[in-house]
Amino acid sequence: MMDVIFGALLELLTPTRLMFMMLGVSVGLVIGVLPGLGGIAGLSLLLPFIYGMDSTSALAMLIGLIAVIPTSDTFSSILMGIPGSSASQATVLDGFPLARQGQGARALSAAFFASMLGGFFGALVLTASVMAARPIILLFGSAELFMLTLFGLSTVAALSGGNLAKGIASACLGLAFGMVGAAPATGEYRMDFDTLYLSDGLPLVIVGLGIFALPELFNLLRGGGAIAQQNPMGTGWIQGIKDVLRNPWLVLRCSGIGALIGAIPGIGGSVVDWIAYSHAMQTSKDASRFGKGEIRGVIAPESANNATQGGALLPTLLFGIPGSGSMAIFLAGMILIGLQPGPAMADRDLGVTYTIIWSLAIANFVGTLLCILLAPGIAKLTTIRYPLIAPFMIMVISFAAFQASRSVYDLIALFAVGILGLFLRRFGWSRPAFLIGFVLSLGAERYLYQAVQFSGWEFLTRPVALIILALTLLSLWAGLRRSQANVNTEGAADESRAASMLPQLAFTAVLLAFFVWVLFEGLKNSYLAALMPVVVATVGGLSVLTVLVFQARGATAAGSTNFDQEAKATDAGPWPFVGWALGFLGLTLLLGFFAALALFFIAFLRVVARCGWAQTLLLTAAACGFILILAHSLNLIFPGGLLQDHYDLPWPLR
Amino acid sequence: MSLVSRRSLFAGSAALLAAPAVAQRATDFAGRTIEWVIPFAEGGGSDVWARFMAPYLAKYLPGRPTVIIRNVPGGGSITGTNDFYQRARPDGSTFIGTSGSTQFPFLLGDRRVRYDFRTMPPVLVSPTGGVVYIPARFNVANAGELGKVRETELVYGSQGATSLDLVPMLAFNLLGLKVRHVFGMRGRGEGRLALERGEATIDYQTSSAFLTQVRPMIQAGNVVPLFSWGVLDAQGNVARDPTFPDLPHFVEAYEMMHGRKPSGVEYDAYFAFFGSGFAAQKPAMLPPRTPPEIVAAYRRAFEQAVADPELQARKGEVLGDYEQAVGDNVQRVYEVATTITPEAREWARNFLANNHNVRF
Repeated sequence: MMDVIFGALLELLTPTRLMFMMLGVSVGLVIGVLPGLGGIAGLSLLLPFIYGMDSTSALAMLIGLIAVIPTSDTFSSILMGIPGSSASQATVLDGFPLARQGQGARALSAAFFASMLGGFFGALVLTASVMAARPIILLFGSAELFMLTLFGLSTVAALSGGNLAKGIASACLGLAFGMVGAAPATGEYRMDFDTLYLSDGLPLVIVGLGIFALPELFNLLRGGGAIAQQNPMGTGWIQGIKDVLRNPWLVLRCSGIGALIGAIPGIGGSVVDWIAYSHAMQTSKDASRFGKGEIRGVIAPESANNATQGGALLPTLLFGIPGSGSMAIFLAGMILIGLQPGPAMADRDLGVTYTIIWSLAIANFVGTLLCILLAPGIAKLTTIRYPLIAPFMIMVISFAAFQASRSVYDLIALFAVGILGLFLRRFGWSRPAFLIGFVLSLGAERYLYQAVQFSGWEFLTRPVALIILALTLLSLWAGLRRSQANVNTEGAADESRAASMLPQLAFTAVLLAFFVWVLFEGLKNSYLAALMPVVVATVGGLSVLTVLVFQARGATAAGSTNFDQEAKATDAGPWPFVGWALGFLGLTLLLGFFAALALFFIAFLRVVARCGWAQTLLLTAAACGFILILAHSLNLIFPGGLLQDHYDLPWPLR
Repeated sequence: MSLVSRRSLFAGSAALLAAPAVAQRATDFAGRTIEWVIPFAEGGGSDVWARFMAPYLAKYLPGRPTVIIRNVPGGGSITGTNDFYQRARPDGSTFIGTSGSTQFPFLLGDRRVRYDFRTMPPVLVSPTGGVVYIPARFNVANAGELGKVRETELVYGSQGATSLDLVPMLAFNLLGLKVRHVFGMRGRGEGRLALERGEATIDYQTSSAFLTQVRPMIQAGNVVPLFSWGVLDAQGNVARDPTFPDLPHFVEAYEMMHGRKPSGVEYDAYFAFFGSGFAAQKPAMLPPRTPPEIVAAYRRAFEQAVADPELQARKGEVLGDYEQAVGDNVQRVYEVATTITPEAREWARNFLANNHNVRF
């Protein structure tokens, strides 16, 4: 046993292989720092290179990338308020306020250190359980998976943002968005407007970026200044590490949650950070600081999301079932180097498994060191005037969005969801609840249907299902207890009590109309495909109706349903900048992405950022060069517009 | 590749060879980048297949161009294929590789399909295979004893009624087995997991997954293999899968169970989807109206690529033991993958509409 473990280490510790691992780590670092781009884009970038590599080097490179992404994506979450990848959305909630308060260094070092510990924990779990994990994974049938989706949904109680009815409605809104496309039980297409694009459902990366990144971006632009109101880093490096060391059990519990949820195929890692976050909230004696800059809100998701990778490798290696999008590409990489995952990975090919585990541990360590080294430099971005940063952000976010299906519809969907996100943020409808609903939507429906098909309603009495149900009730209770403490996921409540209820009432009415539409669309389907939309539309509709009744009673009587961040705004709101974004979209539809990008940069830098011509052209050229390199290495054609429909142009204009 | 088949290729291309100098000049790809369009995301079966083949193709195309994979995911591969069909330049700079999931909507007459396989010249067709197995507790030792479970409702974890799992659905129906299809599986791996957990009671796995994942279960005495889907021989008949020479193929299994060969429109429909989903699952094609000399250059390159000793040594996990259809063989195998009689199509559409609420 031990000789296999250390034999694998020795095999890895050759200069060539370590170099390949560093290559993976470096690419992962860059891709992770770029908002929206995560493991899928990074692995796609590396996949063409593994042809002809020896298998240990190739594994070290791919794992190097996978290991470092949940660490390096923390940069943009904490410093920019934009999730670096879907694994660290929850980090934004407290990390970004900390950065704005001048505690960026503390938040980053806490996050990196927690990430590293989580990564080690994941590697340990993999080491300890690779021989025994098979029966454990087989314990989780569709009944148990359905219960797990309910458990995930129960975190909405803690993340409902100060008003439970609004939180439930937000989650239902997310669930409804998640149901767009083919129904899992029958394959019927729902709410797709008869388009091919929507028949696959809305891509997660687009919903994540639209709902979190774009609203943040528009609102940051309004200030016109830099992100950090004070010295961005401060001196909290040691403080951050101390913060982690002061919360050892939180790190351990959240790593455990991450590794477990990662290991169960079917739930996917994209809600792990939220589950860990709400767990931290539920178990804190004083939850009042959450959402305003509570360091535990950074430590929890960061220790969980790195541990997830270790867990997610279990089903990938043992069953050949990828637990996430990036694991699917990792699996493809394994097959291309001639390794077929299966039971042999815990037996004959144990050496390969330990190579992977060592790579994971070493890459986590190296990745953390590199992140800490790079942090002061990257953090300087927050001292730059935001109008200079914003066009780059729009560029990267759009680029990340059309990774989903490489079409112009990705951009349209991105900006549409972004505008919805803007309203949700403004009126205090919990965006985390929306996202949890969206991610778990199809899973909840699929596993409920499969559980009933496989074992009838008796599935509710299976022991593991009952244990998860008990945990769910516990989490609900803890969450509800906390929600009285007025934890706001969408900003300070006291500054957001509006005198005029009209804008809020209008938006609430729109939501009500939406749920009515979902109900009618749902009823068009056969029973199995109609059940879930009807239930969601009913629950969501009733919650919205409750909110509407409260809001209609006037500004004071509305209580916690009264929330409007624009209540005391004196400027034109985010709309001028939304206009810029839509202008960019319009140009893309006409001229294609690349030409539109160049023109947008020039116009935005001249008009909004008020740059001189020299600076404008330099920044535009830098942006174009950067995006060309990235697109070229991914073999990407930019989405075309009307121009490309009529003329056959050379790349990149094609 | 044997000398015989290479000679027959040249014979078949006699018309082209009449003007070799011209053809040679027109099809020099030196210094160019060729795009292999895959209408699926990175990491899927088709993506792996193309990434595996690409370097060998590049090696044998005239002028040794660079071959890159361009993934165009979305719409269950219809989006990317539609786009390719309508826009690709017929100059040899781009070609497409599709899969059963692309052929099925075409065969079923899905109204979202804008492509027509008949006008795209094929240059390679890769077959694949799979094996159906059931838990040992049913005491069915082989396909001949399947009658024992005729009255038992078996459960199959399916990816969807119009997915590749349409083939097992039609097969079980033809055999007269009572099978409940539980949809929503994302990949065959989840179906296998459901069987391992005891939730599903019949399953199939593609060859490589069968070898690594199911064979240990057979050795442990937990499951019994029943039949392979089989492959197509040179005459277009179903033959035993070279990976599983000891297992009967589906038609043999049918005979073992019923004492006669399957026939009728139900079998025609099964055969069309079996061909398209397994025996000729992954075709690579050039755009419509591609000049014949370019088609010939591609066919020759794929023929040489498949014969490359290095490819033969490394093909195990990706191509398996299946004979790749190249050169002169490609056209006929391609036709199997992409054609269905109007009666069989109508029957399949009605079958899906009546039993599984599929709307066309």
